[in-house]
Amino acid sequence: MTLAQAPHGFLSPTGVEIAFLLVGLVTLGAALVTVTTRQLVHAALWLVVALGGLAVEYLLLTAEFIAWVQVLIYVGSVVVLLLFGLMLTKAPIGRSPDADSGNRWAALTVAVASAVALVWVVVDAFRTTWIDLDGPAAGTTEVTGASLFRHWVLPFEALSVLLLAALVGAIVLSRKAKAGDQTGDPAGDLSAAPGKEGAR
Amino acid sequence: MHLAYPAVLSALLFCTGLYGVLARRNAILVLMSVELMLNAVNLNLVAFDVWLSRTARETLHSGQALTLFTIAIAAAEIGIGLAIVLAVYRNRGTSDIDKLRDTAEGPDAEGPDGDHPAAEKAEATA
Repeated sequence: MTLAQAPHGFLSPTGVEIAFLLVGLVTLGAALVTVTTRQLVHAALWLVVALGGLAVEYLLLTAEFIAWVQVLIYVGSVVVLLLFGLMLTKAPIGRSPDADSGNRWAALTVAVASAVALVWVVVDAFRTTWIDLDGPAAGTTEVTGASLFRHWVLPFEALSVLLLAALVGAIVLSRKAKAGDQTGDPAGDLSAAPGKEGAR
Repeated sequence: MHLAYPAVLSALLFCTGLYGVLARRNAILVLMSVELMLNAVNLNLVAFDVWLSRTARETLHSGQALTLFTIAIAAAEIGIGLAIVLAVYRNRGTSDIDKLRDTAEGPDAEGPDGDHPAAEKAEATA
């Protein structure tokens, strides 16, 4: 089947595709800056751009609930946790010359090779596949909630137990190990708590 | 929408995160790159869920449910990971993963005396 026989034109993209492409370019650029910048705090702030761009992509794919959960948990709490971690480990403000380790050329080789392989396979596999975004939205909050609480109740509850275990583990890890010190490290507890509340 | 757009973006984001995990030296930057990789997987799950919910008649919307689970597990992972990084920083004074070579195998890492790693381990847990 050639592309010309496809019901959708490859060379006449729709508005959603153009918007997806532009936001995707912004997201990918922000991700590239995140992994290459030498200023550690800037890396966390560019991560906000990348994660926010992904939230917009979810909205374009009609998955509205996932998009707002992404904004709440990733942009709202995970990045704040990462910034807390950077400050608590006394990360240098400004350029740090040793942000990249010595094996960055090997890492670049591996990443480029896997990118080429993955893009080749994915494009070859889904060359003639189209998402139908017309009609009623396929990923509304109603649909997500119905399937989550009809088919996925047991994993959902198990996940709450996992989050409780993670909360307890983070508190235990960030306490001072001395016996008799019951208060623990307030900074560590502070940095461990918001992720759990945001996740629930 | 062509399915290749989200799939290719997801693959590229995953490889960006892979580069970050392999090339970064600070442990918190490695955690950021892990978040990028997890988000790439989430984008794939959402795109294929939207595609399958139109193609198949009965779906469980497993893509969106698994995306929510992945986000929650990522939040737990980042909490635990940061607690571990802070504990390591408090004990060692660095979060530089190139310097944390106590369990590394190599010609120069293992000393001739057998009790040296045990002593360091006791120091680390103290």
